[in-house]
Amino acid sequence: MKNTSLNISIENVTKKYDEFYALKDISLDITSGEFMTLLGPSGSGKTTLLMVLAGFTNPDHGSVKFGDEEVILKPPHLRGIGMVFQNYALFPHMTVEQNVGYPQKLRGVSKSEIAKTVGEALSTVKLEGLGHRRVDELSGGQRQRVALARAIVFKPKILLMDEPLSALDKKLREEMQIELRQLHDTLNMTTVYVTHDQKEALTMSDRIAVINGGELMQLGSPSEIYDHPQNGFIADFIGESSLLPAKVTNSNISIGSSKIKVAKPPEKNGDYLLVVRPEKVFLASAKKKNDDNYFQGKLLDSIFQGESQLLVIELANTENDEQTLRIRIPNQSVTDKALPAIGETVTLGLKVADSYLVS
Amino acid sequence: MNSTSNTPNQEELRRLASREGYTFFGLTLPYLVLVIALIAIPVGWLFYLSFIGRDGTLSLENYERMWKSKAYIKIFITTFKISILTTIICAAIGYPLSYFMSQLSRKWANICMIAVLIPFWTSLLVRTYAWLVLLQKKGLINNILIESGLITEPLKFVHNTTGTLIGMVHIMLPFLILPLYANMRSIDKDCLKAASSLGATPTRAFWTVFLPLTLPGLLAGLLIVFVLCLGFYVTPAILGGGKVIMAAMKISTNIEMYFNWGAASALGVVLLVVTGIILFVASKLISLDQLGNR
Repeated sequence: MKNTSLNISIENVTKKYDEFYALKDISLDITSGEFMTLLGPSGSGKTTLLMVLAGFTNPDHGSVKFGDEEVILKPPHLRGIGMVFQNYALFPHMTVEQNVGYPQKLRGVSKSEIAKTVGEALSTVKLEGLGHRRVDELSGGQRQRVALARAIVFKPKILLMDEPLSALDKKLREEMQIELRQLHDTLNMTTVYVTHDQKEALTMSDRIAVINGGELMQLGSPSEIYDHPQNGFIADFIGESSLLPAKVTNSNISIGSSKIKVAKPPEKNGDYLLVVRPEKVFLASAKKKNDDNYFQGKLLDSIFQGESQLLVIELANTENDEQTLRIRIPNQSVTDKALPAIGETVTLGLKVADSYLVS
Repeated sequence: MNSTSNTPNQEELRRLASREGYTFFGLTLPYLVLVIALIAIPVGWLFYLSFIGRDGTLSLENYERMWKSKAYIKIFITTFKISILTTIICAAIGYPLSYFMSQLSRKWANICMIAVLIPFWTSLLVRTYAWLVLLQKKGLINNILIESGLITEPLKFVHNTTGTLIGMVHIMLPFLILPLYANMRSIDKDCLKAASSLGATPTRAFWTVFLPLTLPGLLAGLLIVFVLCLGFYVTPAILGGGKVIMAAMKISTNIEMYFNWGAASALGVVLLVVTGIILFVASKLISLDQLGNR
């Protein structure tokens, strides 16, 4: 398949509103054909960055290049990007066909060619035969697809999406995530996707740029971000995790009174956080069988959640008495062995390879 | 409980439903009486009067006179001409103003809205006489124009069509702005962004997206202004100075000077029917509920 995408290079983009930095010196290279997700909580600046790419917001300074071409001074209608908006932004006075054909009509494409490309775009998003419908006759999921068809009908080299799935219900959203991902693989457009949903980001992206407070906090593949978060914020924001305060003194690492080992010990002394992913903790029958880290605690709560059993454990031997740990045991293992009763003391194990400290 | 019935409480629930029906009818009754007493009877009376001739018998003479007399035809032409011109000028001023207001932040838009509404709340008569003061031969505007050397002779602003139009546009403008502004505010701004990202220049986006989306509000505003103009009395009477005679003024002279209720009623009926036809045609073009929907 021919390569129809462009790389995007963002350099030192800064946008300040009065004293508030919406974007603080962001530099980011997005390779051609990549699915890049800008992930962050609301107000983090991720949407502002997308609007800078689209041309709706001008930064105070910085450069945005599509391929080799500087576009920062170009108005939005000359940037040739496809864009999907959060609330779809379909034109209510036009039919589905007219909506999807709109960018083609603007480009002076012939009527027969418009009909052909609109048909193709509608079949790409699985909406064949709905062309004559009015927009308000469609369901949320169908509107989403129309918005997508409209954004890809003119084969843009870059596709921008601003939380396109946030208005859909959970099940449809999860289906659409996979569909969008597959669509991206077929169309091969460079895609920049904005979301606050970390699961969505992990599911869809080639790489994720975590943004908070207008700054780029970490850039990496979903597994890098999940397994090796660079700081406590990311560890907490991406996936479930319990953060346990740890002290490092001369290559001795301790949580409360017990010593632990980690995969990559930090070089500097000081206070750190141990990132504990609920699914990486296992129930151990006896203590210290091997080199793994072990914790003891009292089982506070045990909750059935369908695919897994969530255990809430209050840890013993920590400085903070209230320190709790959440662990998740897959449903299959639950049926394999008996679960401890609430109030019982349990021993938990965490492999050294899964023990990861953040500052 | 009925032992043969496997549908418990069926009778009781049916009775409850019919009792609710009576309650709702009872609640609507005062309103129905009011509508009949205040609208249906007077309008019916108006129709009846319009078919009573000078001699007190049933006749079509009131309508015949309208059809045959040149004076009446001229009055209708004037009425429509003034109404159409006022409506067009209101749209030409009101559309850009509404657009401007819809682009402002809420705070500034509210301030502008107050500026639009304060004259709206001021007495019609006061505003009309104020225009008379401003526009007359030795009024403020003529004085300024003469002193600045732009003109040597005072311009004739009042007691003619110009004066009537100035006054009526001023009074009608809020009726156009209110629905249009509400419509423009409700437009999803992302629609314009979408048009732009899809390749539309700002001008193209305006004609293909913004204008079509504001049509319901614009048409509603035009309709309200036009219909109000058709029956307008005070402003044309004062600023027209007797030279611009609209239907409502003729109704007034028929009653006050000639005590001819039949002729006045017939004019009223014609105005009512024309307005009804316009509303009917307009409702075919746009559905007025579209405004509230979005």
